[in-house]
Amino acid sequence: MAVSKRVGLLVTCLVDLVRPSVGFAAARLLEDAGCAVAVPSQTCCGQPAFNAGDRRTARRIAEQVIAVFEPFDYVVVPSGSCAGQVRLHYPEIFQGDPAWQPRADAVADKTFELTQFLVDVCGVTGVASRFSGRATYHDSCSSLRELGVRLQPRKLLASVEGLDLIELADTDVCCGFGGTFCVKYPEISDRMVGKKATAVTATGADLLLAGDLGCLLNIAGKLSRDGSGVTVRHVAEVLAGAVDAPAIGTAPPAVPTPTEAKP
Amino acid sequence: MTRAATSDTFADNARHALADPALQGALAFVETNFPARRRAVVDALPEFEALRDSARDIKAHTLAHLDLYLEAWEARVTEQGGQVHYAPTAADANRIVLDICRAAGARTVSKGKSMVGEEIGINEHLEQHGIVPVETDLGEYIIQIRGEMPSHIIMPAVHLNRHQVAADFRRVHADLPKDRDLDSAAALLNEARATLRRTFLSADVGITGANFLVAETGSSVIVTNEGNGDLTCTLPRVHIVLASIEKLVPTLEDMAQLVRVLARSATAQEMSVYTTITTGPRRAADPDGPHEYHVVIVDNGRSAMLAGEFRDMLRCIRCGACLNHCPVYHAVGGHAYGFVYPGPMGAVLTPSLIGVDRAGALPEASTFCGRCEEVCPVRIPLPRLMRFWRDRAFAQHLPSPVSRAALAAWGFLAARPWLYRGVTGLGTRLLARLGRVRGRFAWLPLAGGFTATRDLAAPQGATFQQQWRQRAASGPERPRPRTVPSGNPHGRGSEPLVAEPRAAPAPAADRPSGRPRPVAVGEPERPRGPEARP
Ligand code: SF4
Repeated sequence: MAVSKRVGLLVTCLVDLVRPSVGFAAARLLEDAGCAVAVPSQTCCGQPAFNAGDRRTARRIAEQVIAVFEPFDYVVVPSGSCAGQVRLHYPEIFQGDPAWQPRADAVADKTFELTQFLVDVCGVTGVASRFSGRATYHDSCSSLRELGVRLQPRKLLASVEGLDLIELADTDVCCGFGGTFCVKYPEISDRMVGKKATAVTATGADLLLAGDLGCLLNIAGKLSRDGSGVTVRHVAEVLAGAVDAPAIGTAPPAVPTPTEAKP
Repeated sequence: MTRAATSDTFADNARHALADPALQGALAFVETNFPARRRAVVDALPEFEALRDSARDIKAHTLAHLDLYLEAWEARVTEQGGQVHYAPTAADANRIVLDICRAAGARTVSKGKSMVGEEIGINEHLEQHGIVPVETDLGEYIIQIRGEMPSHIIMPAVHLNRHQVAADFRRVHADLPKDRDLDSAAALLNEARATLRRTFLSADVGITGANFLVAETGSSVIVTNEGNGDLTCTLPRVHIVLASIEKLVPTLEDMAQLVRVLARSATAQEMSVYTTITTGPRRAADPDGPHEYHVVIVDNGRSAMLAGEFRDMLRCIRCGACLNHCPVYHAVGGHAYGFVYPGPMGAVLTPSLIGVDRAGALPEASTFCGRCEEVCPVRIPLPRLMRFWRDRAFAQHLPSPVSRAALAAWGFLAARPWLYRGVTGLGTRLLARLGRVRGRFAWLPLAGGFTATRDLAAPQGATFQQQWRQRAASGPERPRPRTVPSGNPHGRGSEPLVAEPRAAPAPAADRPSGRPRPVAVGEPERPRGPEARP
């Protein structure tokens, strides 16, 4: 085997704080693909500041991320949104800065969303995990439009034994999360996620997957408030066969019984 | 009248719109029909993406040399007996139009659809001075009799259903017999047509907009589907074209290129029904046409945009595709935006027209999902331009003190990893403990808007970084199991991930110690690893 790729895992602040199991699943997938995974000390990619118009803070955080991640061969992110921030917006932040622009460009070029990296860079054609159930997949707007990620997660999911993937209607429509948008305009956001939840339910799937934890928290929150039985997970968890943590927004069962695998 | 700008109360406007069932029905029609129709007509034209590139390039080139093209265009208009009037501001434009109308002794003015006319409020200005403007585009006519702004740039009355329109006609058309059938769309159209026909014949001046001004020929071009624009340019004695400076294109061929992307993007038509090219007043041999031809060319802030970071916005050809594809527009409709330009294009244009202090909410009200940019026929980077407005709003301290404080606190932490780790480590553990029973919260302070209608998942426990380092520290890396032991129906899976790494429950004797990993629940033996790696 060739010298393994040294990957810095940019785990994203949401995964770090809310759902570490996604980070472990991502690390496992990367290691299985022959990468040496490291998790350098990190906070956030700075997107909230960038999108709020606070360029100074966005820049300070971006400098931190660049400095920490530039030693790696690749930077892999289990989120299209944060990967898009580094790939597309860091070069924008440092445009015309002689010292920082080359560094920003270099890090941007080697940053990938997780499924994109596995398929496009590592050449992974399938995973060896099993999950029995009917799943549907939500494309995050940044994965889809900023990074052009559409086929990669589907290709990997198609190899999960026992998993039946049903396409969601209007998969190019935003779920209404939008970072701070869902707090600033909660009613509009709610209308958007309501439509998304209806589309999810209409597929008849019992599991919703996506590559971005922001979308997942939003849609899971709506589904659970509406009393839907659809469970929600990050795609990395299913791909890595790491579904022991309770699904998003659910508690572990009081009596330990298998909750996920339905024969 | 609801014509005053209300962009500063966007959030309230939106709340009302969300609670208006008739409006929601109308918006559902846009949402379900327009994207699909555009998709179909675009898929049928393999070179559509190349056409978009060319449309973008034509507009970008013209803007880069706008002074030259304006001069050339003006020379051609004048040669052919037309008159060009430059209006630096909306007030100038209104004054110039009024002067022309007065000089013509006009009492009634027929109007073709013009978004610049809406922008400068020409109708109100003429009315205030005793001249009656009558909109002749059906949608514009409807909103005129309702005293409303357009709710869409190409379908001004798209927020209404036919019952609402029928009620308006009964209210305004005083001579309408009570038993007149206005149930169908066709009946409404006939009613409007009969009324408007009288206007066309009595109008002294016709005012139209322009989709394009052609430098090579000095022509103005409008594309319409109703034919009202033709009557507005040809029947009255005086024709006034109201156009903003960015409507210039170099040649007729460029115009034709743009029309191909315009109609497909706007209404999913290959061509609009009428493409009307007007060049100067009536010539001796012409069978009809106006005696006077004026073009009032409006700047109203565009030169400033041309010189700054919003220049790309001047490529806009007002097709409305960005509105038709915007999930926020689908939720709240056009009036919530509080000015004549709604949706993503309005979120960029409106702050430059009425000020970011009044319209700052519009560029905020976007998830930056990018669907608008994806369909824009001239490839305007709408989310990026909205972000530029956010930059300015932030620099002017416009966001609320609470949101600024929250952002500042978060930014302070995020720039100090050691502090961030301490604070978030404590925070996530606390929240995990609080949310342990259900795994989610039905309410949380500061997230009240979100949790009013949604649950919020509780954190799993310690942060990823804490867990990762603990695992790394808890022993040298060992080869991990390539298979999951069978006979372990739940493994660690039934345990929440908690702060302290617990010893794995040692479900099977062959489980190696060392770095524990989450494993799947109840799964039979399976190999791990990618199946193929080149
Ligand atoms: S911004 Fe683009 S999509 Fe929107 S109206 Fe203008 S040209 Fe059409």
